[in-house]
Amino acid sequence: MITQKAAKSAQSHPMDFLLRTERIPHIWCPGCGIGTVFSAVIAAIKNTGWDPNSIAMVSGIGCTGRMAGYIKLDSFHTTHGRALPFATGLKLARPQTKVIVVSGDGDLFAIGGNHFIHAARRNMDITVVCVNNLNYGMTGGQQAPSTPLGAKTTTTVNGSPEEPFNFCYLASSCGATYVARWTAMQVRSLRSSITEALFKTGFSFVEVISPCPSSYGRRNRMGSALEMLKFYHGRSVIRGDIDPKDALMDIDKEIVVGKFVDIERPTFLDNYAKFNHLQIPHWRPMHSED
Amino acid sequence: MSAKEVLTGIHFINGDQACCEGALAVGCRFFAGYPITPATEIAESMSKRLPQLGGIFIQMEDEIASMAAILGASWGGVKSMTSTSGPGFSLMMENIGLGICTETPCVVCNVQRGGPSTGLPTLVAQGDMMQARWGSHGHYEIIALSPSSPQEMFDFTIRAFNLSEQYRLPVIILADEVIGHMNERVIIPREDEIEIINRRKPTVSREEYLAFKPDADGVAPMAICGDGYRIHVTGLTHDERGYPAMDAKGQEEMVSRLVNKIRNNRNKIIKTKNMFIDDAEVVVVSYGISARSSMQAVRDARSDGIKAGLIKLETVWPFPEDLIRSLTPKVKAFIMPEINGGQMVLELERCACGACPVSLVSNYGGAIIHPSVILGAIHKAVKGKQ
Repeated sequence: MITQKAAKSAQSHPMDFLLRTERIPHIWCPGCGIGTVFSAVIAAIKNTGWDPNSIAMVSGIGCTGRMAGYIKLDSFHTTHGRALPFATGLKLARPQTKVIVVSGDGDLFAIGGNHFIHAARRNMDITVVCVNNLNYGMTGGQQAPSTPLGAKTTTTVNGSPEEPFNFCYLASSCGATYVARWTAMQVRSLRSSITEALFKTGFSFVEVISPCPSSYGRRNRMGSALEMLKFYHGRSVIRGDIDPKDALMDIDKEIVVGKFVDIERPTFLDNYAKFNHLQIPHWRPMHSED
Repeated sequence: MSAKEVLTGIHFINGDQACCEGALAVGCRFFAGYPITPATEIAESMSKRLPQLGGIFIQMEDEIASMAAILGASWGGVKSMTSTSGPGFSLMMENIGLGICTETPCVVCNVQRGGPSTGLPTLVAQGDMMQARWGSHGHYEIIALSPSSPQEMFDFTIRAFNLSEQYRLPVIILADEVIGHMNERVIIPREDEIEIINRRKPTVSREEYLAFKPDADGVAPMAICGDGYRIHVTGLTHDERGYPAMDAKGQEEMVSRLVNKIRNNRNKIIKTKNMFIDDAEVVVVSYGISARSSMQAVRDARSDGIKAGLIKLETVWPFPEDLIRSLTPKVKAFIMPEINGGQMVLELERCACGACPVSLVSNYGGAIIHPSVILGAIHKAVKGKQ
């Protein structure tokens, strides 16, 4: 029998202070991995102990992009692929704010690929969490820059003729200061990795291999959401601190997970201040009367 | 280092530099851009001047990113702008739409050159007038100003920022290659003589605050990132809370809000400079560099004994519909000189509504319109009526 107290506690959640509870239920499909990643992001934010008013979330378009609509932070759901340049402007105008970008593989690496490589090169002080579900979920399962060679999507019905990107290798080669990959089943590692990324100064990147049972899984006969999760988990091999170019991301062979990069490098603002002989902390929003 | 925010005094500078100084004088402290002729000098001036004032200049990877970055900076509480020309303006359309939809104050200066495509990088045109009005998808209202001199580049940039802060939208400056590159006298006033309008901040608590609920003037007070209001900002059709409201009702309410805040305030937004129109039989309506040729032509026509007048559009969007309609019964002909195949002339025809003839004087770009060509059109219009 459910007591009144239990019923009440079932309606509230310890993470409610970071949720726009009035917007729940969310739009994600049953079995989708985004909810797990969202919960890891929220837990990581809580882990930092930072004032929520000092954190902002910026997203692009797509299933993952909707995270910005459910988190109770200053949150910006921008245009497709443009989360990073928007976040760049926000961060530079307000260096005291911690900026998190969450988006999908298509958003960050296809339409937003140019912005990704340049934000990493500049070492913008931004944390990027990429939910990689191997296809475009929101539009019904089309080929993405992550889609494995030969995989079926609605735009590659006979199998994708393209080699996918290795996002972690790409991020590290562009200069990211923190690079890690996990599957959506390795929740504890994911949580602590995102926490680490948030504490990192510079461009930090966490990729999460996440099941999309409604589209990718269905078309590639991967079974239920749980079977997909288990499949990705079974393929994963933890190999931290290896050269990112060896961090294989191939669902037919091996999904190498772990932390691949953790380095120090001056950020854009560090260098801007240095060459212009400026003191960054003195910058204030100019319009405000306070 | 004690660089001055407002370079009070008399200067001999080009329009692009004047645009930069106007922006700094009104408080712009963030510029994101991408090099493009003939707007590059705005970015170059900004890259030199902004660090002196503790501001940020960043050269982005393209114009899409530049536009996105200035929106982000604006939500960070800093007045922001970008500058470009036709090809870059095309790329900015996506995030100009985001700026409209999310009601984000910022300024875009388009120093127009000949198009389509790469067109005439170093030569004048006024071919982006309709693109500025309708270039991003969906239905919306826009504000665009058109300077006719480096002095007006300075003055209108200040006004563009003030309008963007007051009405919360990207405001476009439609300059052109001649105005951008021409050196002329620019008088920069004293700091205390410069009008500065800043966005209204919310005065209610977080619980009471509705981020997109307008005040009586149709504009909502704007909380910025970090103010503690925990705003949600989306390019989806949204309600007054900023949350997605994706149905016909939500669309009707949001788009009405975006449209009405400009339409209902148009008399405060629209500015024209009128010359000899009280008794005019032929009225030349023009803007930007073409308005200067027109001014000469109207003076010459007066010397020839023709009752010619000029309406110089300082605000090209919204178009001064009411003014044109009020003149239509009194005027024998309207003439629109512009450096394109006929864009603003369509608005003029719409407002004249067949009640009086409207003619176009134009070329497709590459050279300004000589006053004698406009004078010829004035003569022809008078004869046509006899």
